[in-house]
Amino acid sequence: MSDMNNILQLSDVRKVYGNDGITTEVLHGIDLTLQRGEFTALIGPSGSGKSTLLNIIGLLEQPTSGVIRVQGQETGTLADEELTRLRGRSIGFVFQFHHLIPAFTALENVMMPLMLEAGRPTPQQRERATALLTRVGLADRLDFKPAKLSGGQQQRVAIARALAADPPLILADEPTGNLDTAAADEIFKLLYEVNQESGTTFLIITHDPRLAHRCRRVVELVDGRIVG
Amino acid sequence: MRIEWLLALRFLKEGRAQTFFMLGGVTMGVGVIVFLTALITGLQRSIIDKTLGTQAHVVMRMPDDEARRIIKPDSVRTVSANIERRAQRLSSILQWQQVMRELEKRTEVTAVSPLVAGPSFAIRGNATKSVALMGIDQEKYTRIVPMASFMKEGEFRISANDAAVGTDLARELGVTLGDKIRLQTADGRSETITVAGIFDVGIRDLNRRWVFITLRSAQNLLDLVGGVSSIDVTVRELFKAEVIGQQLARQTGLTAESWMKTNAQLMVGLKSQSASSYMIQFFVIISVAFGITSVLVVSVIQKSREVGILRAMGCSRRRIRNIFLLQGGLVGLVGSLLGSGLGTLLVTFFASTAKNPDGTPIFPVVLEPGMFLIAAGVATVTGILAAAAPAVRAAKLDPVVAIRNV
Ligand SMILES: Nc1ncnc2c1ncn2[C@@H]1O[C@H](COP(=O)(O)OP(=O)(O)O)[C@@H](O)[C@H]1O
Ligand SMILES: [Mg+2]
Repeated sequence: MSDMNNILQLSDVRKVYGNDGITTEVLHGIDLTLQRGEFTALIGPSGSGKSTLLNIIGLLEQPTSGVIRVQGQETGTLADEELTRLRGRSIGFVFQFHHLIPAFTALENVMMPLMLEAGRPTPQQRERATALLTRVGLADRLDFKPAKLSGGQQQRVAIARALAADPPLILADEPTGNLDTAAADEIFKLLYEVNQESGTTFLIITHDPRLAHRCRRVVELVDGRIVG
Repeated sequence: MRIEWLLALRFLKEGRAQTFFMLGGVTMGVGVIVFLTALITGLQRSIIDKTLGTQAHVVMRMPDDEARRIIKPDSVRTVSANIERRAQRLSSILQWQQVMRELEKRTEVTAVSPLVAGPSFAIRGNATKSVALMGIDQEKYTRIVPMASFMKEGEFRISANDAAVGTDLARELGVTLGDKIRLQTADGRSETITVAGIFDVGIRDLNRRWVFITLRSAQNLLDLVGGVSSIDVTVRELFKAEVIGQQLARQTGLTAESWMKTNAQLMVGLKSQSASSYMIQFFVIISVAFGITSVLVVSVIQKSREVGILRAMGCSRRRIRNIFLLQGGLVGLVGSLLGSGLGTLLVTFFASTAKNPDGTPIFPVVLEPGMFLIAAGVATVTGILAAAAPAVRAAKLDPVVAIRNV
């Protein structure tokens, strides 16, 4: 397997919270590699450090030590501005509580990563966002504000938004955790289809063993260590 | 539209009540400032207009020592005789035509007028009044003091026979248009004039003392043949009169007295009035700024989730900061436009309500377009500065905290 196919490479990543007095080590030396096009589930008990790991991979949080490479690029030496740019280009997020921006319509929310990259809205962005929302089945909800959408619909918008900048890696933190079983199944199916269609790499935190078993690779985290 | 603007505008639109209160604060602040400025500008302008209605901006005279030298020349008489003469005699500017031409050349100068002024008696029948002769060139003098606008009877027409006197002198001497008055000076020179116009310049003392005659008559009466006692000057910029006066003095070797010196008391009054108005404006601006800051601080806390999401999607800290600075600036700008409207309304209302019995406004308010521009500029900058602390705070927000805590 060539390095070119390694979307993400973590070696010996540690995370310690707290600086003076009581410190807790949440991640104890994580080694993890994600290949292009992989569809991976990250499972583990609550409090095992899954979200922390995902946020570190997403360059939202700095590890206490260890090396992170995104598409071969080492991130430890990058300044905040450069991290932000790399994050905008390389990583899409889907969060449990969908985290859309309430002041903007579904279409504008999907356009947001593109507008941030280009500095302003363009007709092409609008086209792409429309196509993505159509793809996730929301062609008739383009101009709805998030508050007017159901939980499942909001999560579809969030998925379309994560896809907007066409990042090679999408990180999802319990994307179905807040949905009923039927809606959760549909969202999971959508993620899988997107992975099949576009070859985007997915790392999905989930509690649901049913869903985890449908992933081709499962990484289990227990007490800050990868056990399987 | 740039993404920062889009986000700033949308956040403002979304935060309805907050935006409303910020805008309300700026609107009222700017309204008060516009109103206050219009009122004070108007008051000061009318005071200055009244003061300068009968005054030149700068009066050029012979310096004292020069006067002595001119009188002295061929005599070897005693110094005491000299001093005695100086006390009685008017000091005269001899090459005044040439000096006038020099002054007229300067671009800061708008009008120049020669004046031969001195004491005399006005006699009619049994009545004798002490008056001030004003020997003028009618055309030049009226460019400095608009006498035509002060005429109560007749017209301001000064010629060999015709003269103009004030309403009070006319009454005291019992003269009307066409009547004759004899002017006689202390050393016995005299001339008879006909009253062609009666004026009221609004100042009792001047109405009682001023008698306008020709330059030549005054020169004869006051024994100043060929000379003038002073040169009146008006300048383009009122408040530069003192500085320009000093320049003219250096250029001509004459002394210059500006209206600002002559009315030093008035200047002090105007300055302290302006100062107190600036102070009020300053505190209004400060309190408006505090209002904006406190609302935006709350707004940043409420928006921390959105800020976290934007950061996760590749929005830089700098951009987050600019979004909040823009909100402050926009509130300042829009508020200043609304405030200018409010101020104008207040001013118009005030000017139309507070009126003298004769219908003229008690407070002559003045609205200048420049003031609105300044208000808009100051309010926008104030808004941006007021937003600085909240904006920096927003930029420092940790996206993870915002995303983890729903
Ligand atoms: N900012 C923080 N400061 C201190 N402890 C934290 C912080 N964030 C998370 N933790 C702790 O790290 C551990 C792992 O949390 P998390 O990554 O959210 O686990 P998971 O997502 O697997 O439930 C938990 O014990 C949590 O309390
Ligand atoms: Mg978690």
